[in-house]
Amino acid sequence: MLDALAGAREDEAPVPPRRGRLQQLRRHPTVVIGGLILLLILVATLAAPALTAWDPLLIDPLARLRPPSADHLLGTDAIGRDLWSRTIHGGRVSLIVGLVVAVFATTVGLLIGLIAGYNRLADALLMRVMDGLMSIPAILLAIALMAIAQASIMTVVFAITVVEVPRVVRLVRSVVLSVREQAYVEAAVVVGSRTGKIMIRHILPNTLAPLIVQATYICAAAILIESLLSFLGAGTPPEVPSWGNIMAEGRAYFMLAPWIILAPGIVLAITVLAINLVGDGLRDMLDPRFARRL
Amino acid sequence: MFAYILRRLLATIPVLAIVALVVFSILHIAPGDPAAVIAGDQATPEQILAIRAKLGLDLPFHEQFLLWVGNVLRGDLGTSIFSNLPVGHLFLQRVEPTVALTIATTLVTVLLAVPLGVLAAWKAGTFIDRAVMSFAVLGFSFPVFVVGYIFIYIFAVKLQILPIQGYRPLADGIGPFLSHLVLPSLALGMSFMALIARITRASMLEVLSQDHIRTARAKGLPARQLLFDHALPNSAVPIVTIIGVGVALLLGGVVVTESVFAIPGLGRLVVDAILHRDYPVIQGVLLLFSLVYVFVNLAVDLLYVVIDPRIRY
Amino acid sequence: MRSARRLLCAAALVALAAGGLAAEARAEGTVIRSIPIGNLKVLDPIWTTAYITRNHAYMVWDTLFALDENNEPKPQMVEDWTVSDDRLVYTFTLRDGLKWHDGAPVTAEDCVASLRRWAARDGMGQALMSFTESLEALDDQSFELTLTQPVGFVLDALGKIDSNVPFMMPKRLAETDPNEQISEVIGSGPFRFVADEWIPGSKVVYEKFEDYKPRAEPASKAAGGKVVHVDRVESIYMPDAGVAVQAIASGEIDLHESPPTDLLALVESNPDVVVRPNDPQGYQLFMPLNHLNPPFDKKEARQALLWGTSQEEYMAGVIGDARRYQTCPAVYGCGGTAESSAGSEALMTLDVERAKKLLADAGYAGHRVVLMDPADNPTLHPAALMGVQTLRRMGLDVDVQAMDWSTLVQRRASKAPIDEGGWNTFITNATVTGIANPLIHNFVKNCEQAGYGWSCDERVQKLNQQWALETDSDKRKELIDELQRVHLDNVTYVPLGQYRPAIIYRKELSGVIPGPVLFYWNIEKKS
Repeated sequence: MLDALAGAREDEAPVPPRRGRLQQLRRHPTVVIGGLILLLILVATLAAPALTAWDPLLIDPLARLRPPSADHLLGTDAIGRDLWSRTIHGGRVSLIVGLVVAVFATTVGLLIGLIAGYNRLADALLMRVMDGLMSIPAILLAIALMAIAQASIMTVVFAITVVEVPRVVRLVRSVVLSVREQAYVEAAVVVGSRTGKIMIRHILPNTLAPLIVQATYICAAAILIESLLSFLGAGTPPEVPSWGNIMAEGRAYFMLAPWIILAPGIVLAITVLAINLVGDGLRDMLDPRFARRL
Repeated sequence: MFAYILRRLLATIPVLAIVALVVFSILHIAPGDPAAVIAGDQATPEQILAIRAKLGLDLPFHEQFLLWVGNVLRGDLGTSIFSNLPVGHLFLQRVEPTVALTIATTLVTVLLAVPLGVLAAWKAGTFIDRAVMSFAVLGFSFPVFVVGYIFIYIFAVKLQILPIQGYRPLADGIGPFLSHLVLPSLALGMSFMALIARITRASMLEVLSQDHIRTARAKGLPARQLLFDHALPNSAVPIVTIIGVGVALLLGGVVVTESVFAIPGLGRLVVDAILHRDYPVIQGVLLLFSLVYVFVNLAVDLLYVVIDPRIRY
Repeated sequence: MRSARRLLCAAALVALAAGGLAAEARAEGTVIRSIPIGNLKVLDPIWTTAYITRNHAYMVWDTLFALDENNEPKPQMVEDWTVSDDRLVYTFTLRDGLKWHDGAPVTAEDCVASLRRWAARDGMGQALMSFTESLEALDDQSFELTLTQPVGFVLDALGKIDSNVPFMMPKRLAETDPNEQISEVIGSGPFRFVADEWIPGSKVVYEKFEDYKPRAEPASKAAGGKVVHVDRVESIYMPDAGVAVQAIASGEIDLHESPPTDLLALVESNPDVVVRPNDPQGYQLFMPLNHLNPPFDKKEARQALLWGTSQEEYMAGVIGDARRYQTCPAVYGCGGTAESSAGSEALMTLDVERAKKLLADAGYAGHRVVLMDPADNPTLHPAALMGVQTLRRMGLDVDVQAMDWSTLVQRRASKAPIDEGGWNTFITNATVTGIANPLIHNFVKNCEQAGYGWSCDERVQKLNQQWALETDSDKRKELIDELQRVHLDNVTYVPLGQYRPAIIYRKELSGVIPGPVLFYWNIEKKS
């Protein structure tokens, strides 16, 4: 979903000459801000048990739909579970899905993209499949894929990875194609360097920077899609709290207890925002040329 | 040019074929036997087998696929397992809300985002520019369902100036029709708006730096005339492209928006169908949405020929 | 850009024109807009037992007999009936002037075919057929049922109000394979189903059937005259319950059949809205147990569940408002004719330690317990989570498997071990009317008639048979006490309490009939 934007982003400042890392960071405060927010969320989810006395699964029939208070920081849901505890525990699912999908999708995408960029025949075939996959709206494709197996975090990861791979493939392939035409690579081919060597020496390094940037956007997109799937009832199993299914369970009570939806919803939005900030900053920092070209 | 259009049209065929294959295979490998669903909770295994045979579910994969493709090409999308109604009929019932929502969203976002982008480019580097760009990042990070509920909370629950949810067909009058569309199209349009504003700004910046515009600016041409009559048309290509890309976002977003705002459109049809494993409906909607996506992008490509005189084929 | 703008304008115009074409004159007259208990997916009330389909069917189809407010079966489509002295031959004569919605007259042959199709699916119907020698039409208006031995429940079966209700359909529909759905919705009931306006998942429309001939008696539960005072009923499904409640307050909707109890607070003080429990008996929440799979194949393990369960916890957690629920030890429900508290000590006492000890006695050694959770059901999903917590408290290793309700319905039929798609337990509900006696309560039947769970205790079979044939009410009462003791000793299943959901409606409506189904006849709407 975000790659559309990734493709469209345009850097604002002229390309800065290379300087020290620190100075670079200062020129890109968004990376720092986004990174700090992310770190905070990461720590909160990792240290969740230490940050709350409540078990996220504990049902308390006598404390249903409580508004936020000192006892329940974000209130309770319809069966008396503590929302603060559920929200920070729920972040684990989101972050795991985001990270794992980012790694899987870029790895698989990189492999397929390299093959496509290097072999004409495979290229024609693979790119048609990718075009086909990309023309099914991402969310719908992911929901449909969820129908294949029992709802679990692994199924969610699988479904979102399938949705994201084509975008990586396209990116890698375009980089491979353009790098191949550059003089030094052509020269390497002419002097008879082996394909594998050319790949590792020349092509991989060139794809690395855009891939890292792409990976952050995929991470954000994966977190969004996961929450959407869970919200629509096709995501992680309801027993595992995740931002999307906490919201889904709060839908019926929105008029009475809006905090059930708003609390995880806003945390989710802030997380995605932070990742996008990091992504934007990284893109400007790592590969201004790439950003401009797209 | 005609040859280009023809070539472009032909190129959509393999894509659609792949879509059909992907959609069909996903549902084919999914567990859960449609025949068992049709037979109901008291059926015997023999009855289920009989229904499988009747539906052709006992045929090998490729035969089932060809059978299905053949039917689709003849315009027969099959029958819903649950409602027993033809999928085409279900589409027709549901198409108005979805089309209304999509058009309203496109209009709202284009009308708001393009001027915002132009403004940001014109005031590049100022506070206004920063504000617009921050909005763009924010807009892209807030998922439709979160924005949707925030809007409902503010405008419908607290201020009570707009309806909370639901859809009124145009036949009920233009007032209720529009008032029910405001919040969903704004919520759905958020990320789309962010996208278009950014692109507009970027391509305007590029055009504004070109010589003839600089000259015009130096000659003291009024800002409005300069921006909208000279600069904007020249930056139309990337903007139109992104509107095309945006349609894909919209089609996905529609599914969620319709669910949040209880709009009985195609999006809710497919979510219900997926949750209840109503395979013919899922296949139909996925195919339809992909078709729309492919053709919108085709239209965008063809539109280049019209709006950019420099592009010739 | 200019042409792009023109394109957009053109697109908008096309959309407006299309909308205009779709505009048709809205039906004039009185309309009740209501929110049903669920999403109507299946139109055939014989094919499914879903309550939403049964409720829909009461609009469209009529029944031979129907229960009145004293739960006695009264003739509805039937004018007269006689029974021979040996109580083996029943003769029924239909009322004059009954018509199908397509204009054809209702005949005895239609009814015979409908009864056959119903009896192929319904438990009570199957029981009736097992005592039936023949069922035949005598002429256009009368038919005869001949039994092999006298039984006490013929009229109870024909007047059954819980799924599956024996609705009368035209012969051509009634001849549909019972395992396939009917292809048309044609009945002889007080409302006509408007097929063109049905939007699955969103809206169902019924129109008054002008040719319907109501009985002369006043309406009483499902019995009596079904006099329709409105022209049209629009049943609108809204997935978000909270919003639906708001729609009543704003007057967009006239009636809500099943608002979540928590949300009643939003409208309770609204002078324009009436909040009231419609079914005096309400629903029983209960936990079926699979008697085939360990650990609940052992009686001690099942008994442990009774000691480890607190009905109060379930009711407070799932229903919340103490005015709307009660704990109830009776397997056949409280407030009905078969209420009993015999043998309920374990059920009504919470003693987790004793539960743990019983589990140990049963040789429980950490077996996985599969609990199916219908995550799409607003009542049963929280109940399932409550169940998980209760079972874990006793030390059981619970594997919660979330699924949608329709998947659960499919899967609960599986007798397989848990590793092969089987299950141990789940939580569901039933109207108390639908479980009010041993013949209709499918979940506590045993052995070859057993419902989901497949409990088998020979005593139950014998007692059920005795009850069915017994006509003396005191003796019946004793048999019920005995059955109750057996069910709670063998733990056929675990009753979790009884609750009465409220309905809410605008004060413009009057004449809403109390009952487990919301009937739309007798309701008047002031404009």
